[in-house]
Amino acid sequence: MSTSAPDISTAPPAGYTMGELMVTAAAREIRDGEVVFVGMRLPLIAFVVAKRTHAPTAVGLFENGVIRSTPARELIYTMADPPNILGATQCLDMLAVMSLLQSGRVNLGFLGAAEVDRFGNLNSTQVGSGKGMVRLPGSGGACDIASLAHRFVVLLEHDKRRLPERVSYVTSPGNGDGPGWRKRAGLPRGGPSAVITTKGVLRFGEDSEAYLASVHPGISVEEVLSNTGWKLRVGGQVAATPVPTLAELHAIREYDKEGFWTK
Amino acid sequence: MSKLTTMREAISSLVPDGASVALGLQMEQNIPFAAGHEIIRQKKEGLRLIGPISDILFDQMIAGGCVSEIVAAWVGNVMMGSAYNFRRATESGAIKVFNMTNFSVALALQAGAMGVPFIPTRTAMGSDVPKGNHFFYGIFSPFEGKEPLLAVRAINPDVTIVHAQRADAEGNAHSWGSFGVMLEAVRAAKHVIIVAEEIVDPDVIASDPNRTVIPGFLVSAVVECPYGAHPSPVQGYYKRDDAFFREYHQHTKTPAESDAWLERWVHGVADCEQYVELLGGARVEALGVKQHAYAAATDFGY
Repeated sequence: MSTSAPDISTAPPAGYTMGELMVTAAAREIRDGEVVFVGMRLPLIAFVVAKRTHAPTAVGLFENGVIRSTPARELIYTMADPPNILGATQCLDMLAVMSLLQSGRVNLGFLGAAEVDRFGNLNSTQVGSGKGMVRLPGSGGACDIASLAHRFVVLLEHDKRRLPERVSYVTSPGNGDGPGWRKRAGLPRGGPSAVITTKGVLRFGEDSEAYLASVHPGISVEEVLSNTGWKLRVGGQVAATPVPTLAELHAIREYDKEGFWTK
Repeated sequence: MSKLTTMREAISSLVPDGASVALGLQMEQNIPFAAGHEIIRQKKEGLRLIGPISDILFDQMIAGGCVSEIVAAWVGNVMMGSAYNFRRATESGAIKVFNMTNFSVALALQAGAMGVPFIPTRTAMGSDVPKGNHFFYGIFSPFEGKEPLLAVRAINPDVTIVHAQRADAEGNAHSWGSFGVMLEAVRAAKHVIIVAEEIVDPDVIASDPNRTVIPGFLVSAVVECPYGAHPSPVQGYYKRDDAFFREYHQHTKTPAESDAWLERWVHGVADCEQYVELLGGARVEALGVKQHAYAAATDFGY
């Protein structure tokens, strides 16, 4: 199976939302033929877009036990919604799909988080401690995906408080405190490959640390740096995040008709 | 032997104060809301709730004063985000939470189902999830390689509650869709309550044994309860009531609002039948199956 680059040669459309830009950026992280742990919210639509454009043979795994080779035929709010069951390749249990993840059969997983730090560690459990602690819903399958997928991609809002130098609680392990940390911790593989925010895309160098790889159209490098909680390194060449193609926008809007996830 | 009983009797006899209760095991579908509401009506206290994720049911049971501990990977409102009673109770220290991951909940129940004290895994290593959490313990493989692993402690719930599409009177049950951690939670439990959309003849269940997810000999009580999983979806019966989850999010932001919500939807009705009446015929009708999608017939002949 070939890994085809997304077609960005068509003229950029006049208007798109930040959600649509992030979904498109996420979709392009999926290579054709890959096995993807899809997750919820924006990645759900990223999977649909990738399937309908550059990655028609990608396979989607959902932690409730669903495996799909075609996207659900209508918008879903949770992975267990009836349209995600109808027409699935297989519906089994969580142990089945999590075992595939643990044994190294999953290329890519998508995650959201309240906080992401310099080394791509994620917090979705709690911010602060003692009085003033804010409790969040928790890991769900995020820790499992971050621990066991060959690579993972994070989507979140770009805000200084959400991108601290060090997360206060490591719900889902990224690169820990630097090179070699994952191996020392006993993790079999993996790590963060991209953080897609509302301002740009961060990637990770050989030193395990995040760097700014691209900024979204209309966003300056300075704006990204001043809204990041540590001294974010800037890649040699900061590209502009490619805007959605018409085909990508069409796929998004046909699916998320009312813009519940992407407005 | 028929195990058919009422929801009131099943909860009263099988869910004592202080029990550990596994429910909501099929993730966002087939969540046994009617059973959870009966637990709240009976004012059960000191429960330990077990599940992978909970899409608002744990939040309601916390609001109802039933919960002292939670063993789960995620508690909230899946389409809307946070659940307020869980947040309040956790932030104030009123309930204790054991933070798990979905996979480790599945492994803990599988260990319980297999009758072994733990199962090793590679998940969560290096994260803060296992720290100070007695469900995890660092070990080394006894075999060549000696690699580090995490042992996940077995969980054996006092009672597992499952909402299934159909069951016979002995508790042999068919379910379809996604199973989440339900299969192992049933095998791990000391008692199992089956809540079914329909009670059917044993021949119906026996006609398709590959769809039998629960063998009746593990089951203590069977309750017939149409719409008992509302607002979560039941494949082939009704879809997810998305608006209900939105409304719950909007109307439970303060303790007073949550009390009013419980008063209306739980304490204000005697049972699931009255709950469905309160929902109203139009709403129930709108959630029903609009386009059937039957599987191909399966030939078990020889």
